[in-house]
Amino acid sequence: MEMIKRGAEAEIYLASWRGRKVVIKKRVRKKYRIERIDRQIREQRTKREALLIISARKAGVSVPIIYDVRLKRKEIVMQYVEGERLKDVLDMKSKEWQKKICHMIGRSVANLHKNGIIHGDLTTSNMIYMDGKLYFIDFGLGSKSKEIEDMGVDLHLLMEAFKSAHKNEALFKWVAEAYMKNFGNGKEVLKKVEEIAKRGRYMRRVE
Amino acid sequence: MICLGIEGTAHTIGVGIVEKKNDKCNVLANVSKMYKPKEGGIHPREAANHHSKYLPDLIKNALEKAKLEVKEIDLISFSIGPGLGPCLRTAATSARALALLLKKPIVGVNHCIAHLEIGRALTSCKDPVLLYVSGGNTQVIAYMEGRYRVFGETLDIGIGNCLDKFGREIGLPFPAGPEIEKLAKKGKKYVTLPYSVKGMDVAFSGILTACINLIGKKKIEDLCYSLQETCFSMLAEVTERAMAHTEKEEVLLGGGVACNKRLQNIIKIMAKERGAKFYCPKKEFLVDNGAMIAWTGILMYESGMEMNMEETKVRQNYRTDEVEVKWR
Repeated sequence: MEMIKRGAEAEIYLASWRGRKVVIKKRVRKKYRIERIDRQIREQRTKREALLIISARKAGVSVPIIYDVRLKRKEIVMQYVEGERLKDVLDMKSKEWQKKICHMIGRSVANLHKNGIIHGDLTTSNMIYMDGKLYFIDFGLGSKSKEIEDMGVDLHLLMEAFKSAHKNEALFKWVAEAYMKNFGNGKEVLKKVEEIAKRGRYMRRVE
Repeated sequence: MICLGIEGTAHTIGVGIVEKKNDKCNVLANVSKMYKPKEGGIHPREAANHHSKYLPDLIKNALEKAKLEVKEIDLISFSIGPGLGPCLRTAATSARALALLLKKPIVGVNHCIAHLEIGRALTSCKDPVLLYVSGGNTQVIAYMEGRYRVFGETLDIGIGNCLDKFGREIGLPFPAGPEIEKLAKKGKKYVTLPYSVKGMDVAFSGILTACINLIGKKKIEDLCYSLQETCFSMLAEVTERAMAHTEKEEVLLGGGVACNKRLQNIIKIMAKERGAKFYCPKKEFLVDNGAMIAWTGILMYESGMEMNMEETKVRQNYRTDEVEVKWR
């Protein structure tokens, strides 16, 4: 097993599982918290993440296939999506391609939200393009909710991610187009996004 | 340069005199007085009355300790926000009077940033992530692109407020933190409480309610223990997330709740596990103090952030990231 990433709460390994190339996401023990809290959190989050990925798949969104959930070891074994990370390739592609991809993002996020799934960390680092499909990974901060507020926060993060990591300012507009087209409450959520941007901690308070 | 700083955002009125010499922070005096309500929490007006009553003597006292004549002061600074209006106005009014009387420049300092700057000045850390935990404030702050940005914060009440409110329910006087810490040491059994981390933010009010509802059903010591363990684990988690996100390798503590030894230990372990360095100033510089206001005042003044009298109006909701950090 080769570690390919170490995040704040989990380690990501590349491994093989029954002849398949897989990714294992392991939530690691944190010594700073007592064992009871630590076990409870890692178990809950492992379970929740697996369930969210499965419901996303049911909602028609491309996500890694879950092969195994090892609750005792706090591990999820899932498909290794071997494509291009959107964060790395988006700026180098043509306007048409960018537009197509942004429409895919908008449609997928609409499908997630319609089904009460909040991704929780919608950045282009968590989207992978493979075989003409856009995969969403890392539901570690995700939750279930049908609140406009939660969907707004979810999309607002994507807007911020575009702003900080990508040059083309039209990107979010294209996402929003497809989002509204595919989600009845889309307009309301986007209005919320504007409101959230105004109250955000990175903005000067409007007095 | 020598600066006299007045802190008065909440329950503490403090006067600090600080000298900047060869880029070093030299604390010449740091005195304070804390308002303690007879019952309940802070009453803003009574706190302000308390401050105006003790401030003149504190200033005299600070000058004596620093062995300085008042005319040797080069700069006056004060906490301009965030905080309780009446308390802020009391500190600001005295600062203005002093500045006008002595014909010295004046600067208003953001209280949260002062906590970070005094920590940077008195420990050897350079570019830390600050976990700032006090009664009203709970923020994870770090420097990025010209500002101190808030990477995580409480979505409802401050951690100190959470502890105080629980303390009040079990009959402890304000501030309840130190007593809760003692009781928690005797607690052994963890009682399950909600754990509320949302991305990089935390929320305490649900945990507080759950804990209050368990009074009488569980041992007080166990409740204090469980409350501390839960809340502090959450704080460690969001601090770690901010460190991973900003790729910084130093963590600094600030604020009154950071006096808690168990919290210090939790953050220390977290830092050690990631190979990062842990810094914690002495207690007198963790709690609200005048020295941090004086020191930050010097930094601001030297980078050209002197204020007109009109600009010294207090800002109750002053945000950490509103300040353009010109001294870094």
